[in-house]
Amino acid sequence: MIGPNGSGKTTLIKSILGLVKPGSGQIFFSDETISQNVEYRKNIGYMPQIGRYPDNMKIGQLFKMIKNIRTEKEWDEEMYYRFKLDTILDKSMKALSGGTRQKVSAALAFLFNPDVLILDEPTAGLDPLSSEILKDKILSEKEKGKLILITSHVLSDLDDLTTDVMYLQDGKIVFNKSMDELKQETGEEKLGKVIAWMIKHGLQKQEMSY
Amino acid sequence: MFKISKYVIYDILRNKVVVAYTTFLLIVSMSLFQMEENSSKAVLSLLNIVLIVVPLVSMVFSTIHWYNSYEFIELILTQPISRKKVLWSEYTGISSSLVTAFLIGVGLPVVIYNFNSTGLALILVGSLLTLVFTSIAFLASVKSKDKARGIGTALLLWFYFALIYDGLVLTILFAFSDCPMEKITLLLSSLNPIDLGRIYRILQMDVSALMGYTGATYKDFFGSSMGLLYTLGIMVIWIAVPVLLAVRSFNKKDL
Repeated sequence: MIGPNGSGKTTLIKSILGLVKPGSGQIFFSDETISQNVEYRKNIGYMPQIGRYPDNMKIGQLFKMIKNIRTEKEWDEEMYYRFKLDTILDKSMKALSGGTRQKVSAALAFLFNPDVLILDEPTAGLDPLSSEILKDKILSEKEKGKLILITSHVLSDLDDLTTDVMYLQDGKIVFNKSMDELKQETGEEKLGKVIAWMIKHGLQKQEMSY
Repeated sequence: MFKISKYVIYDILRNKVVVAYTTFLLIVSMSLFQMEENSSKAVLSLLNIVLIVVPLVSMVFSTIHWYNSYEFIELILTQPISRKKVLWSEYTGISSSLVTAFLIGVGLPVVIYNFNSTGLALILVGSLLTLVFTSIAFLASVKSKDKARGIGTALLLWFYFALIYDGLVLTILFAFSDCPMEKITLLLSSLNPIDLGRIYRILQMDVSALMGYTGATYKDFFGSSMGLLYTLGIMVIWIAVPVLLAVRSFNKKDL
């Protein structure tokens, strides 16, 4: 899912998670409306754009608490160990850098092996090495047939991951097409080029009106 | 639900404000009992302090704690846990730690020095007021998005209940001093949990005889078991209504 700043990507994600209540309309998860029951959130791993965590908690306590609150007894701790979070368990959340916060968010999103992953700008703020680790993980989860919804402005990060592209602007879907379709339509290979082409050709009319 | 409350309580214990509150109450009650020869007099002085301090601390602490745990609440809400459950867990966590602080700080000395019906009434009133004002604070903080406004609202409500309301009641009573006002004052006192607590508590003592005819009517009513039930009932309404309204408005809120 891509789109300019303020186009409604994060709002849509927050609506899916029930953090923002839509003014009208319904959201369905596995054919069930999400306003009835919160159990559907079991199947969603969410990595927020800006992870906000209780300041006075330590990393270790945070993970312990989340595991304690959830009923699942099996955890996917691959990210936790690959990001070496186990070596900084005593660091308080308040003292973490933006990048380390992102690592915590990522580790939490994958922790319960959910069927759906919603990653809001996952690689923003991560160093190149960690960014690669995360992309590896996303690919391997994708291979397992999971639904992964990613927003990002770093289109080069999305090249190997993307199967479908949704372009949002001002809260409206401008297009929602599969990658193959887009490649055919534009004759480009790279996602960045594809989007640039689409914006140039498809959105010209809209741009003019601004 | 108690799993989440546990973390709320853990967080409260760590920031030590409640511990300081407990110590403060304990020092005040102990020194009052030590200084006064007559322990029932000490209980009366203690009542006056309790009626001011308990609502104030309950409101301000609950409001600030609510805003400080916003990140925690947001995090929990991305998990499969409903908003209702989160709010109730917060309420249970905060109110139970404040009630515990009160029971240790005031309840314990009262039980040691003045264990009788007036002492017990003080403990009951203090605990109920803690629950009531925590509940009102929750409503104030859920309704106002930013911290300054939330704390401001909580303080204004406290001013209203603890100070302004009495003035209003006195004005009304003064203006209508020619009419029989017993029933109406009873009603008016029910509209303010602090007043209700004060009247209930005072009428457990013999001083009510000094309050003339109104006092006698009150004594009749509050002295009986009906009075206890009435006080409890009104207090329960004061506890339940704000927190239920808070749940309702929290359910609709964008985070």
